[in-house]
Amino acid sequence: MTASTAAIPARRALVRSGVDRRRSFVDRVMRGLSLLAAITCVIPLAAIVAFVTVRGIAAVNLDLLTRPPKALGVGGGAVAAILGSLQLVGVATLMAVPVGILAGVYVNEFSSRRSARLIRFCADVLVGVPSILVGVFVFTFLVLPFKQFNAFAGAVALAVIMVPVVMRTTEEILKLVPGTLREASLSLGVPVWRTVLSVVIPTGLAGILTGVMLAVARAAGETAPLLFTALGSRLVNVGDFSRAMDALPLFIYVNARQPYEALNDQAWGAAFLLLVFVLAINILVRYRTWGRRAG
Amino acid sequence: MSVNLPDPPITETPRTAGGPDDPATQTAASRGAATLPPRVEARTTEPSTAHAVDADWDTAATGQIEVVGLSAYYGSFRAVRDVSMTIRPHSVTAIIGPSGCGKSTFLRSLNRMHELIPGAYIEGKLMLDGIDLYADDVDPVQLRRIVGMVFQRPNPFPTMSIYDNVVAGLRLTGRRSRSFLDDTVERCLQSAALWDEVKDKLKQPGTSLSGGQQQRLCIARALAVDPEVLLMDEPASALDPVATLRIEELMAQLRAAYTIVIVTHNMQQAARVSDQTAFFTMAEDRAGYLVEMSDTTTIFTNPVNQLTEDYVSGRFG
Repeated sequence: MTASTAAIPARRALVRSGVDRRRSFVDRVMRGLSLLAAITCVIPLAAIVAFVTVRGIAAVNLDLLTRPPKALGVGGGAVAAILGSLQLVGVATLMAVPVGILAGVYVNEFSSRRSARLIRFCADVLVGVPSILVGVFVFTFLVLPFKQFNAFAGAVALAVIMVPVVMRTTEEILKLVPGTLREASLSLGVPVWRTVLSVVIPTGLAGILTGVMLAVARAAGETAPLLFTALGSRLVNVGDFSRAMDALPLFIYVNARQPYEALNDQAWGAAFLLLVFVLAINILVRYRTWGRRAG
Repeated sequence: MSVNLPDPPITETPRTAGGPDDPATQTAASRGAATLPPRVEARTTEPSTAHAVDADWDTAATGQIEVVGLSAYYGSFRAVRDVSMTIRPHSVTAIIGPSGCGKSTFLRSLNRMHELIPGAYIEGKLMLDGIDLYADDVDPVQLRRIVGMVFQRPNPFPTMSIYDNVVAGLRLTGRRSRSFLDDTVERCLQSAALWDEVKDKLKQPGTSLSGGQQQRLCIARALAVDPEVLLMDEPASALDPVATLRIEELMAQLRAAYTIVIVTHNMQQAARVSDQTAFFTMAEDRAGYLVEMSDTTTIFTNPVNQLTEDYVSGRFG
């Protein structure tokens, strides 16, 4: 009896030991550092938004929105850049969206696994190509032969940047569309192409539109590809894609480097407009897709 | 083209097949029947004329499936080995057996859904009313309009309303006459015993229904393209007992007009709903094969094969 009592191991201590105290101290420190790092991620965005808003909102006025730059000297507005951006991005979207969506559909619905991997890899590399190289590339093919900077080349350069974004989002979204829906459609005697067009794509449409809008936002802010192609211009150009055209990023780039404060202010104003446009698209996309199911 | 023709109510009268005065049927028959008659077109002929001209056309015999030496593969893996059977028209044939014995694969080879999986193919012969379904000039897309399918999990199209779900197969194959679609929706939802529950909310999304209702919606959708054969892959296994009962009652009604093949894990269900039962099991090499097929009562009360007896009496599987 006494022997068996002695054999029962002592109850382990429930009181914190020195080791435990050190562990919880390290834990607290590391948590604090993680939080600090997380805040550091948010700071640049907050700072940019605050800075551009404060400096830019004061410079936004009717002149900036409605008048072209003065031919000589200081003054005028950014209407050439605003209209130019809308046209460049619009035409680039018209070119990139069909190609991107069809490519995504091909990779997910029709290609063999090996070619899908190859195409996906190429798209990922294309996303990572420095955008100035895209500009130089298009410059070689669409500017040099005509000896004329032109808006069409600018739109093509933006489209090249947009295509892989649209393609990859489309593909990822279509991957989420349940295979049972494809089977259901095929089992009704619906051909494959019709199944893709009328069942698969509509099911993923919200997600595909998200990809399109993100690509638009990205293209709207691109500067480097336009430097070699659309060039920028002080003239309002509506519809003439064979000539140079201004765009908001180019307008900012040019005016921010001028020695006149009035022009610098215009650059801030244009920066604010661009920021609002891009943020609006991003927020709209998040809002649309927030809490949605697949796609 | 006139599509707004009176359709015979399928639950009351035996359906009329494409008569021999239908050019498509004639061509098909005379060519060794390699192409399948377009069923919907066949219905546009005056039914009385069809019957008058077609005295010896046995309407009750359409939808017979003859399987001869069928093996189904996934790449190099043989999932189904050398199955031969006759599936009687206008009856319910149940396929039972343990998991992984190739029941679903067999079912999916009947409407050529099996071959949609990369690397999948079959060997052997499959005949629907004497037409070789794997002949070179048979279009699998056309075939699937005649041999429809209902899946294990209800899968209504989430982007479509109840109405649009029912007529999806018709719309997506190019039939758009409003009155024809309206008629089809009512007829098929009634056949699927769902009309009374949804007639006031046809515009609501198909996914807003309960699981059992969704499955009946899927059945209505399959019926809308006017099939002769209905393949059901464990149609009630994702449903509660009440919804299961509805589906089983529905099968009993649909049997009058359709050839039904149902895969089920549930032996009581097979015993309740089917006229014939086929028992599959797995060989050493994991290939499924047909052990025995017979009238359902025979399979469950007096099977020939010991494996069948063990399975239906619960000693195996």
